[in-house]
Amino acid sequence: MTQTIINPTPKDYKSEVKPTWCPGCGDFGVLNATYRGLAALKLSPEQTVVVSGIGCSSRFPHFMKTFGFHSVHGRALPVAQGLKMSRPDLTVVAVGGDGDSFSIGAGHLVHAALRNIDITVIVMDNEIYGLTKGQTSPTSPHGHVTKSTPYGLLASQFNPIATALSLNVSFVARGYSAKPKDLAALIEQGMLHKGFSFIHVLSPCPTFYHTFDAWDAAVTPIPADHSIHDRGNAVKLAMETEKQFTGLFYQEERQTMDQAAHELVKQAKTFEIAQYMQRYA
Amino acid sequence: MENDITIRIGGESGEGTISGGDILALAAARWGYHVYTFRTFPAEILGGPCMFQVRISDRPVKSMGDNADVLICLNKEAYDRNIGELRHGGVLIYDPSDFTPDTGDCITYAIPFNEIARKEVQLFQTKNMVMLGAISGLFGPPIEAIVQVVQSKLAKSRKSNSTLMEKNILALEIAKKYVIAQLSKNDPYLLGPVAKADRVVLNGNQAIVAGALAAECRFFAGYPITPASDIMEGLAKELPQVGGTFLQAEDEIAALAAVLGASYGGARAMTATSGPGFSLMTELIGLSSMAELPAVIIDSQRAGPSTGMPTKMEQSDLSFALNAGHGDTPRIVVAPANVADCYDLTILAFNMAERYQMPVLFLTDQSLSARVESVEMGVFKPAVLQRRVEYDTSNNGADEKVAVGAGAANDYSRYAYTATGISPMTKPGPGAMTYVATGLEHNEQGHPDYEPEDHTAMMEKRFRKLDTAAEELPKPERYGDENATIGIIGWGSTEGAIQEAIDRARAKGYKVASLHPRILSPLPDRTIREFIRSVEKVIVPECNYSGQLANLLGAKYGLQAIRVNKFGGIPFTAGEILRAIEEVS
Repeated sequence: MTQTIINPTPKDYKSEVKPTWCPGCGDFGVLNATYRGLAALKLSPEQTVVVSGIGCSSRFPHFMKTFGFHSVHGRALPVAQGLKMSRPDLTVVAVGGDGDSFSIGAGHLVHAALRNIDITVIVMDNEIYGLTKGQTSPTSPHGHVTKSTPYGLLASQFNPIATALSLNVSFVARGYSAKPKDLAALIEQGMLHKGFSFIHVLSPCPTFYHTFDAWDAAVTPIPADHSIHDRGNAVKLAMETEKQFTGLFYQEERQTMDQAAHELVKQAKTFEIAQYMQRYA
Repeated sequence: MENDITIRIGGESGEGTISGGDILALAAARWGYHVYTFRTFPAEILGGPCMFQVRISDRPVKSMGDNADVLICLNKEAYDRNIGELRHGGVLIYDPSDFTPDTGDCITYAIPFNEIARKEVQLFQTKNMVMLGAISGLFGPPIEAIVQVVQSKLAKSRKSNSTLMEKNILALEIAKKYVIAQLSKNDPYLLGPVAKADRVVLNGNQAIVAGALAAECRFFAGYPITPASDIMEGLAKELPQVGGTFLQAEDEIAALAAVLGASYGGARAMTATSGPGFSLMTELIGLSSMAELPAVIIDSQRAGPSTGMPTKMEQSDLSFALNAGHGDTPRIVVAPANVADCYDLTILAFNMAERYQMPVLFLTDQSLSARVESVEMGVFKPAVLQRRVEYDTSNNGADEKVAVGAGAANDYSRYAYTATGISPMTKPGPGAMTYVATGLEHNEQGHPDYEPEDHTAMMEKRFRKLDTAAEELPKPERYGDENATIGIIGWGSTEGAIQEAIDRARAKGYKVASLHPRILSPLPDRTIREFIRSVEKVIVPECNYSGQLANLLGAKYGLQAIRVNKFGGIPFTAGEILRAIEEVS
């Protein structure tokens, strides 16, 4: 698209490519919430890039009218960070699933947190591998029986929110795909946040791991008395096993690496090779 | 008197062997001589045997020299390790307090380095200055040229103080006086005065950094690895000065992923690594090729496999570079032959990546990364830049002729089928046509598409770019005899040794010529076929075990090459190539 939209509506971000997801997939809710979040912020599709890795949810960029980069398994975060470092003028959103973000790409999460580059990551967690048809994921519960854990999962369950808090991620939130309005508000807040925003979304899989009822029962808004600056209490809420708290756990404004890098280039000069080579004369 | 001297210094890492050699090379170059260095590094951070060799000549130097004319041993171990590399009748310099050499047929000068440093200068760390003073007295490089270099080095050092500089100068002068008074010179090596020249002195990695900056590289992401780290360090320092950004990534996978992200945003972007890191990058090389995103990837090859020998050279990543990644993946592979090439070819690599929208793999190696050469200043010309073919809404891509199925009127075809295979790109920004870059097979619009005819057409389009590149790119030039019967085809850092061997062989009456392609994919088929046809025998010298270029030439052109392989971690000397020429004649 070329014309700038003055008052965009969610459908202005919707591409003509039909989602490949199963009917009832939680990711539809996340996609709609993302359209809404972008529209609310009136972000121009030509200046927004949605980056993903591989997995059911990573097909996401194809369903957006924004710029998109559907990369390889696990690498959405480094692609998004390289892009944002070199183009701080763009809005960069990274999306993916629990396998992409917490298994093959887990290492990148640590460093994205440390750098605090101004990108928003939306993880659609269904606690299962869907695209490869039903193997265990890092967020599957201990003992869970899948095709790859016929005797039950022997490992323990990964805690995305507690991990993000321990890494000092500067914006940590959780949403639920069945509550797209609340999720859209979180996505909007995440994109407004200057720094690395981590939004964990419970997004159930209707085909390989039916968690709809369990999550309907467990999802509870974060208590109103929680302070978003209280990391200790945020961890306590994240460690809760009976309830799945949703909302903003933690937020902190601190310097972003893209900002700092661009402070350095303010005095930039044009490059003259003859002058540069004098150091070797 | 010989105006072409190879001096080798052997010692212990951390006692100034390398820095002393560095100073000698720089001083000789500033004085007006051509220089070419070769060094070995120990695996240890501090300590361990090391060696520095510099060839100094009044003519351009193409190789490190067959044997040392002068060998300076700063301890017994250095003597044991290096004496075999001293030419017959060469000069051995040692300190009699360290050991007593078995003199054989060499000329020996015993100089009490340790005693002069300790007792006369009264500062033991000036031992390498004592050595340099002795070299000045015996072989000609003036003290002033050495002092100038030491001064500029100390100016940058934290240890700098006026006493240290005075002690250094004292050490140089005492040692020079000592050798003039105490030794009777009976060797033929003496460097006389030469005209000053407009040259710079730098190593291969420094030239790559200069080339990247000149080529308007404005994003670099990398992960530390020997022997490529100083490319990263150089750009970390320089990029902000020219408006670029830098990222030290958490691993090499993230490094290339970040480069592709920046490239998608429109930046000319690069990473640099060595074999182990290059192995990690392979999946993303496929993505760069499939999503048609420009990227320059420097691989400073070291001896493999696995961790191998990080501080030793090898030319053993060629097969891998040509094929790295699953699926049929078009890419460009280039290899520089010398320090000047590291500059020019880096610029060409960026231009090719941007024009052909694919990964360009740049194969230097440890020896060239660390090799210091004096290069004419005129080599470092401002870069002539080629840029991406950008999508233009008015004509769907200007000069690019649309061959098949021009995209629908209002739908941007990022991967439009064109005659050249090159499809006009956009980058995010106001008014730009949006698209999704993907590693999935896709149609012209970039949407996922698994139809057999579409995959077929898209594969052909991507590979068509290599045909276009093969037509457009510069061809290698033949070196040597027009009517040669013996041909040599080489690649990478061996060119100087090959050309010097050819010069020496021709002087002996052999008819030899060589071809040294810089671009190894796509290979210049016609030029290579003509060269092979023009000679009777072809030697392919390579610093690897399996003969990777020879295998390629065999597969592509049916060439039964005479393979000469060296794989100990040390580059070829001209003498070794000359012997190969003599053996096949």
